[in-house]
Amino acid sequence: MKNNKFKAISLGLITGLVNGLFGSGGGTIAVPFMQRFLKVEEHDSHANAIAVILPLSIMSTFIYSSHLKVDWNSLLYVSLGGIIGGIFGAKLLNKLSAKWLHKIFGFFMIAASIRMIIG
Amino acid sequence: MTLFIIGLLSGLISGMGIGGGTILIPSLTIFLDISQQNAQNINLLYFIPTAVAALVIHIKNKRIKKELISFLIIGGFFGAIVGSYIAISLKSLILRRLFAFFLLFMGISEIRK
Repeated sequence: MKNNKFKAISLGLITGLVNGLFGSGGGTIAVPFMQRFLKVEEHDSHANAIAVILPLSIMSTFIYSSHLKVDWNSLLYVSLGGIIGGIFGAKLLNKLSAKWLHKIFGFFMIAASIRMIIG
Repeated sequence: MTLFIIGLLSGLISGMGIGGGTILIPSLTIFLDISQQNAQNINLLYFIPTAVAALVIHIKNKRIKKELISFLIIGGFFGAIVGSYIAISLKSLILRRLFAFFLLFMGISEIRK
């Protein structure tokens, strides 16, 4: 357990750093980390990653919000869309092939990243 | 309307179990000219209520390993403070480029899954 404690603290540090720097991506880092280095089973690692990232995101948004003007109006509309989209997404999950979903989504991410580097 | 559609798509994607922020943040900066820091903060705030709802269910199902996550959170707080202060002190354009490389790396790993 002593070794695991050290590993968990280090992995938490990296997760928090990335999530704070980019305002996202904590889950993308924490889920595989927990599976590979802490031997947490896949479903449990998704659940526990949320439990870790939630307090870290609250901490980060406090720091961001004390230095920025929070765009509440945008947040409201984005959240309304997000709630409806989230419900449909969960339903669609059972109907679409996960493999293709990851590929299509990966292409969108690469296209957006190129646009952000050039633009 | 654009905001609503961006939210809808991000929600759709996160409902499917893929990180919604990776769509939400670039969309806000590309289509709406919102600064990188503000887009990231919108994503952080947008994540909180969804995460609370999910967490309640996971706690009921007894999936949460309290001892393990306490160490992750301790380390995580230090990381979150450092990461957030770096983010707010960088120029929006520099942070946007850094984010883009992070996104590129994640996009490639999605395709290889």
